[in-house]
Amino acid sequence: MSTSSVSKGCFVFKPSAKKRKTLSPKDYFSDGCEGAENSDVRFKLCQDLWDKIKTDTEVLQDELNRKILDSLLDFTRKCSSTRQHSDWALQMRASEIPTAALVLGVNVPDHDMTFQSLSELLQQSVTPHVASVQAKECGALKHLMKRVLERLMDTVVAVDDDEEEAAEQTNGQVHKSVHCSLNTLCDWYNTVTKKSNSGTPGKKRSSPVKDEQQQPPVVVIFKDLEAFNPRVLQDFILICSRYIDRLPLMFIFGIATSPSTIQHMLPHSVSSLLCIELFQSLSCTQHLATVIDKLILTNDFPFKLNSKVMQVLISIFLYHDFSVRNFIKGVQLALLEHFHSQPLSVLCCKKKDAQLNVMQLSHRNLERIKQLPSFKRYIEKQEPQEQASLLNDDTHLKEVCKKLIKDLHKYHKNYYPILSCLHTLTSSLPRYPLGKQIRELHLTCLEKNVWENEDYQSAMKLLKMLAKDELITLLQRCAEILQPVKSKKIKEALVHLEELLAKLKQLDTAAAAETSPTVEETITSPMKNLQKKTDLFQLQKTLLEMNESRRSKKLSPFEVLRNEALDFIDDLVKKHLSPPESHTLNEVCYYSSSATVRRHLNATPRTCIQAALSSPYYYLQNENLKTEDGSVSNAAPDICIAYKLHLECGRLINLCDWLEAYSTVVSAAEGNDPDSDNFGKVDDVKHARFIRAVSELEFLGFIKSTKQKTDHVARLTWGGC
Amino acid sequence: MSVLKVKFVGDGDVLEHIVDKQEGAQSHSGSVQKMVTFKSPAARRTRGDGEQDVDENEVFDEQNYIQALGAGSAEEDDEDLSRVAGSSIFTFQKVKRGHSMAQTANELARTPGKSVTFNTTPNVEPSTPTRTGRNHRGESRTPQRNKKVQFVSTTPHRLRKRMTTPSLQSDSDSELSPSDSGEDDDDDGMQEEQKVKKEDKENSKTSRTPSKASSAALYKTPAKKSKTTSEPLTQPSMVEEYFEAHGSSKILTSDRTLDRLHTPKLDRETLVRLLEGKPSCYYKEIQQLHGKHRKHFSKWMLQLQLGFSVLVYGLGSKKALLEDFRVSHLSEEIHLVINGFFPSITLKSILNALTCEVLDHQGSFRTPADQIQFITQTLKDSPDLHVYLLVHNIDGPMLRGEKTQSALGQLASLPNLHLVASLDHINAPIVWDQFKQSQFNWLWWECVTFQHYAEETSYENSLLVQQTGALALSSLTHVLRSLTPNARGIFKLLVKFQLENKDNPSYTGLSFQDFYQRCREAFLVNSDLTLRTQLTEFRDHKLIRTRKGADGVEYLIVAVDASTLMDFLENEEGD
Repeated sequence: MSTSSVSKGCFVFKPSAKKRKTLSPKDYFSDGCEGAENSDVRFKLCQDLWDKIKTDTEVLQDELNRKILDSLLDFTRKCSSTRQHSDWALQMRASEIPTAALVLGVNVPDHDMTFQSLSELLQQSVTPHVASVQAKECGALKHLMKRVLERLMDTVVAVDDDEEEAAEQTNGQVHKSVHCSLNTLCDWYNTVTKKSNSGTPGKKRSSPVKDEQQQPPVVVIFKDLEAFNPRVLQDFILICSRYIDRLPLMFIFGIATSPSTIQHMLPHSVSSLLCIELFQSLSCTQHLATVIDKLILTNDFPFKLNSKVMQVLISIFLYHDFSVRNFIKGVQLALLEHFHSQPLSVLCCKKKDAQLNVMQLSHRNLERIKQLPSFKRYIEKQEPQEQASLLNDDTHLKEVCKKLIKDLHKYHKNYYPILSCLHTLTSSLPRYPLGKQIRELHLTCLEKNVWENEDYQSAMKLLKMLAKDELITLLQRCAEILQPVKSKKIKEALVHLEELLAKLKQLDTAAAAETSPTVEETITSPMKNLQKKTDLFQLQKTLLEMNESRRSKKLSPFEVLRNEALDFIDDLVKKHLSPPESHTLNEVCYYSSSATVRRHLNATPRTCIQAALSSPYYYLQNENLKTEDGSVSNAAPDICIAYKLHLECGRLINLCDWLEAYSTVVSAAEGNDPDSDNFGKVDDVKHARFIRAVSELEFLGFIKSTKQKTDHVARLTWGGC
Repeated sequence: MSVLKVKFVGDGDVLEHIVDKQEGAQSHSGSVQKMVTFKSPAARRTRGDGEQDVDENEVFDEQNYIQALGAGSAEEDDEDLSRVAGSSIFTFQKVKRGHSMAQTANELARTPGKSVTFNTTPNVEPSTPTRTGRNHRGESRTPQRNKKVQFVSTTPHRLRKRMTTPSLQSDSDSELSPSDSGEDDDDDGMQEEQKVKKEDKENSKTSRTPSKASSAALYKTPAKKSKTTSEPLTQPSMVEEYFEAHGSSKILTSDRTLDRLHTPKLDRETLVRLLEGKPSCYYKEIQQLHGKHRKHFSKWMLQLQLGFSVLVYGLGSKKALLEDFRVSHLSEEIHLVINGFFPSITLKSILNALTCEVLDHQGSFRTPADQIQFITQTLKDSPDLHVYLLVHNIDGPMLRGEKTQSALGQLASLPNLHLVASLDHINAPIVWDQFKQSQFNWLWWECVTFQHYAEETSYENSLLVQQTGALALSSLTHVLRSLTPNARGIFKLLVKFQLENKDNPSYTGLSFQDFYQRCREAFLVNSDLTLRTQLTEFRDHKLIRTRKGADGVEYLIVAVDASTLMDFLENEEGD
């Protein structure tokens, strides 16, 4: 069956179920990947890693949302309880609809997850009656009403089987009489609550709010408040406020921009019917920071991103969408690409498995190892004899690889604690020489030797000016970070650090008494002089002297200790924070093709089309198309020539001129004799080709027809060649 | 003589000239000033330096941004090197001179192609346009640069004449007027044109031969120079240029029309026939590209099954590629092909195809939302059922709407519905906001195929194709054939009346009362009601349109052009 037709746009293909054999993702993975022999293992590793990442991020998301959701839940409980009070003030409040304005930020793609967990939590612990609506399904009040009723009653159907019939009945009624529907809802609510109260009181969930169960609130979540039609919303709120005494309604507004939207959308007469409380969700940058902390800056995942890929992903996040979900999608893509394209990624797993996998490596994969740039560098550093055996003896190579893999894991084990130590030390320095966020520091460390960085040196200088108490707290925090790490080197470092800390603390008690007078003296003597003379020149001189004396002066014990501590930190950094590229076999764990990631996630279709139009040689490797510079050869495809010519025009293009210019070019390309009479003449074939090129340009959106002038088309893009 | 004119210009003017304005922005200032600019080397150098600085800044800024995007990694982005820089795409519109297209055409014609013979000449030859022209701009102080400023004619003849007359005088006379309607050689017709072009060719040829006098080469240079120099010039005064381009609603293009070429308008069939005869150029390379993209098919499948959607973009029709993918990888799966370029595709037809044919559901739905809800539920209930959706041109004119896209996005977010789509329009990504994009979960694949958009453009009413009205005519005949003779008579009456009035520009249609009167006189209807019933039928078949006039009277018109109506009447009479 063909898929082109003049009367139909949709074609369904349904192969018979019997002979259908579907391939699993695994088959497709091994079908196209590099080095198919161990693809099964790699695919499994990849899947396992991805599943772990997925569940971890979900857990993380829940944890992050926990706080705000808890406060929201408290709010709903409080609201439902106020109704029972007899206090006058509370009664007044009870006539308003309690509303939670939930400010979620601009990262709209992430909101879905938040709302999902919110409504789940609400259903679990507060009320079974939760309905969430989106703006796009509620164009008119009728639709909004219908959605709310459907969702509410459906929820009930799903929760309790014995209510199914009743709910279905009401559902049928809803369809018949949409207009007076809140009444139906009230009736339905009464029957439901009565039934649950009298019939099965013990059967209900064992939530802490059991005693409030008789009047569980009805929660309506407006997922994207900004997108709602203000009129619809106003009407809905007005109607709902009429029923508030019979129906314990409650609203949750999801807001992406700012709380003032509510004022913009609702006039005072409507917003006064609401009792609004504001809730601020975690900002998306904080969310990302946590995700990076848990996913990237950890030893748990053997799969790593190199600095460029990281940078691409972070830039997409910061410059395009602020969406953590898309960030994780990027990680997923990188993961898939890594395992798909790198046969040696079988070694990208836990240390033990990796050691096992090393032994399973085939000869071809061992050859691949020898080809790795980092391994080549390693070989060059070895003795000639060792080199020979590495290149020729496979078993020896495997042993060495085992050792190298072990080293790599050790490196990772030490890297992250030291990184966060350095971050704690530098993140509070003025002007943040190494960045506020740990990810910035991580990027610098991945790129090159961080200690050669100018910013690092200035950070160290600033650290050397820290006061004692500051230094002590910072070092203590470092010690806390290093505490749980189970690595020999880190343990040693920790011992040293604690010694330093102890010494620093001792300074307080013992040494302070002895040293202080001498220091005092040296400083006070010129101070006295200073008070006497007011001459500017003298002042300058004294100040210089003071400076001199301080510099030449013997360092105080605190300063000695501080320098020692910082030298020690510097030493740790130099030892453990070297970039991964300097480690042998890093290619196994690090995914490095940032271009691939960017092309698939952040593509630029227009640039691609225009590049193809202006330099076809890049795609069609034909010598005829080759030109010295950016220009287009006259032998280029028709559409390229037409495009090139149209760039010369302003807002309107004269088709006649365009056609003539085109045929001049094409005639030259055909090799017609420029002297002949027919040169550049528009014949039928050229005309037809021109028409095709022009209609293709129109299809691509470069031009459109216009009635402004006869035989003209309008240009739709800016700029020229 | 130009030296004499220096006297008229004060130093202040010169200074102002150098400091404030860029050459491109002052096309309407006097030619005297301009001459000074060109004659003063110091001024030129200063400006040149300034440009260079600004240029460097530009480049620097761009680099900053690219670095910020993490795209600065040159060593692995070598593929992107030959790409167009963003600045060249997203710039303001330049003030264009009318003849520049002809000029480019000549240049292009001169660039070494398949069979052009002068490849042996050294590269310094002016005929190969270089982008690095900035370096030897110093020598380009030739007066010819002036001509690009206000020269509006598009005929190569004029261009050539200007080129061959090295005198500046010509610039300051009558031809400065921006109007292009009264061009004397406009009536000269084709032959003149051809001759001119020939001469022009000769000219360019002579300039290419190294043995020729350098003067010929000299004036060839600026023709190209003017192009290369104008490029950096756009950068600093972009804003000014923008306003200049949009300041006046008047657009200067030549008034020539296609009729002048004496080539008949082609209709669809001839077009197809003409194009079929010609073998596609670069067939081999295009096949290579296709083969290259084919290699990724199994990766596409993998990504689809892992929950991504695949979106292919790039120049050239991707229908063949996707069709290949469909046949090779989807033949064993349930799948649905949607031609987004099809002019009457609707969301309803897509959803109906899904529910009725794929899911075997009998019955209708009240709204698309209900239908999507049903699809979601059904697919959720049977997780083993995988449906593949293949959309050619997801940015097609009928699918661009917000509602359609969000419906497709909802479908794409289902775990066992997999979407492969292609994209062609340059502004297409605008149809998706962040939310939709995350619903679609696209992975973008660059697939430049260079294949012709044969099928995609075949539905479109192309600008240049003669509208034969064959379709309208056949539909007219078909509908009419199924009607009673009386009804046919009624319709013919209306058509005749409309044809009688076809030259009347203020004709708004036949009023209902008038029409009724005429029909009664012809014994076609006996009551006002019969006519109304009849008209309803016509309207349902979209044969006629009614419009309320200013006086509240209904006017009837047949919404088909006159020539088709004429054909129609002839046919009817023939029968």
